[in-house]
Amino acid sequence: MTTAAASEARVASAWSVLDGVPDPEVPVLSVRDLGMVRSIELASDGGLDVVLTPTYSGCPATEVIGRSVIEALDVAGLGPVRVILRRAPAWTTDWISDEGRRKLREYGIAPPVHSSDDVVPIRFFRDAASTRPSCPHCGSFDTEQISAFGSTACKALWRCRACGEPFDYFKPI
Amino acid sequence: MQDSITVSTDPSVRYLLRLGDTCLVHAQRLGEWCGHAPIIEEDIALTNMALDLIGQARGILTRAGQLGGQQFDEDQLAFLREERDYLNPTLVELPRGDFAITTVRNLMVAVLLELLWTRLQASTDAEVAAVAGKAVKEARYHHRHAADWLVRLGDGTAESRRRIEAALHRLWPYSRELFQSDAIDDAASASGLGPRWAELRDPWLAVMRDALGAAGLEMPAETAFLSFGRMGIHSEHMGHMLAEMQYLQRSYPGGAW
Repeated sequence: MTTAAASEARVASAWSVLDGVPDPEVPVLSVRDLGMVRSIELASDGGLDVVLTPTYSGCPATEVIGRSVIEALDVAGLGPVRVILRRAPAWTTDWISDEGRRKLREYGIAPPVHSSDDVVPIRFFRDAASTRPSCPHCGSFDTEQISAFGSTACKALWRCRACGEPFDYFKPI
Repeated sequence: MQDSITVSTDPSVRYLLRLGDTCLVHAQRLGEWCGHAPIIEEDIALTNMALDLIGQARGILTRAGQLGGQQFDEDQLAFLREERDYLNPTLVELPRGDFAITTVRNLMVAVLLELLWTRLQASTDAEVAAVAGKAVKEARYHHRHAADWLVRLGDGTAESRRRIEAALHRLWPYSRELFQSDAIDDAASASGLGPRWAELRDPWLAVMRDALGAAGLEMPAETAFLSFGRMGIHSEHMGHMLAEMQYLQRSYPGGAW
C-alpha cells in the first residue's frame, strides 16, 4: 500500500470507530450521528486530528466525549490522536444525521422537527401546531409541551394527548 | 487559603469580564434555585439555564485570561478575584428573591444577552465570535421561556400579578446601569471587539415593551437611581454571594471533580 493509501485507510477506519463512540447522555446516538465530528485529518507529525464541535456551551458531556474519542481510536491502534474543539460554526440540530433521527425516535426521543435556521418570532403562545413533534410512541401529532427544559441540556419534556405517554423531545437549536 | 489574583486593567479584558461575569453571576443566582423551585419542571429549567450561562462564562473568561497576558485560566478568574474585580451589572447579583423576581430578571438579562451575542457574532475577535454563535441560540431560548412565564404571571391570578408588578418595580431601576457608556465600551467599539452596551438600549426597550404588553403590564418609568456593578462597585449582596461561590476553591486550591 502506498503512504497516501495507508493514510486514507487510517482516516476511514477512524470514522468507522467513531460510529461506536456514544454520546454519554443520549447513548443511542454516536458522536457521528450527532454531527459533532467535523473532520478527521492526518497531521504532518503523523497524529490524527479529530475536530469536534460542542453541542451546548455548558454541556458537561463535552470533555467526556473528547476523552472517549481518544481512547476508542487508541484502542483501535489508530493513535496518536489529538482532539480539537472548534466552536464556529456553531453546532445545530440540523447536523444530526437521518440515521441519528431514526435512532432517536426508536429510542423514544422525538427528533428535532424543524430547521433551526427557521427562526420563529417569539410570541407568547408556545403551542403553535407547526412546531409540534410527533409522539415517538404512537406517531400522533396531538402533543403538548410540559417543560421547555428536560433531563439534559438538549431536551425538552413533552406528552402525547393521544396515547397519554410523556416523552423527551430533542429541542431544535 | 488561596491568594487572590489581580486582573489586568486592559480595556478589552475589562469588556470581556463585564460579559463573562454577567453570565457567571446570573448563573450562580439561578443555581440557588436547585431543589427550591415552585415545580420540578422549573427546577430543571432554571438549572439548565444556569448550565448554559456557565458554559458561556467559561468561553468568555478563558478569552479574557488570554487577552490579559497573565495566563489566568477560567477557574482562577471565576473564583480568585476580589469583589471589585467582578464587573457584572448589579442587577444579576441581587438576591434571587421570589419566583417573580427571578422571572423578571431572567427576561431582562436574556433579552440583553440575546442582543449582545447577536452583535458579538461579528466581533473582530474570532474566539468571542465563536462563543457568540452558540450563545445567541441559547439566549433566545431563555428569552422565550422567561417571556412565557412573564405572561403567565402577569395575566394569571391577583396574587401572581401583585408579585410580578412588585418584582418589575424592584428591578427596573437597575436596568439604567446596563446602558451607560464609558472608555471600556468606547475601546471595544473602536477595535471591533463588541458594541457599546448603550447601543442596545433602544432594541432592549422595544422587546421589553412587547413582552410586558403581552403580560398586561406597563413599562415602569426611568428613575434617577444608578448602580455601578459594571465599574466594580457592587451592592452589599455581592460579597455574601462571592463568599459562597468562592469557598471551595479558596479552601481547597485547585480542587477539581
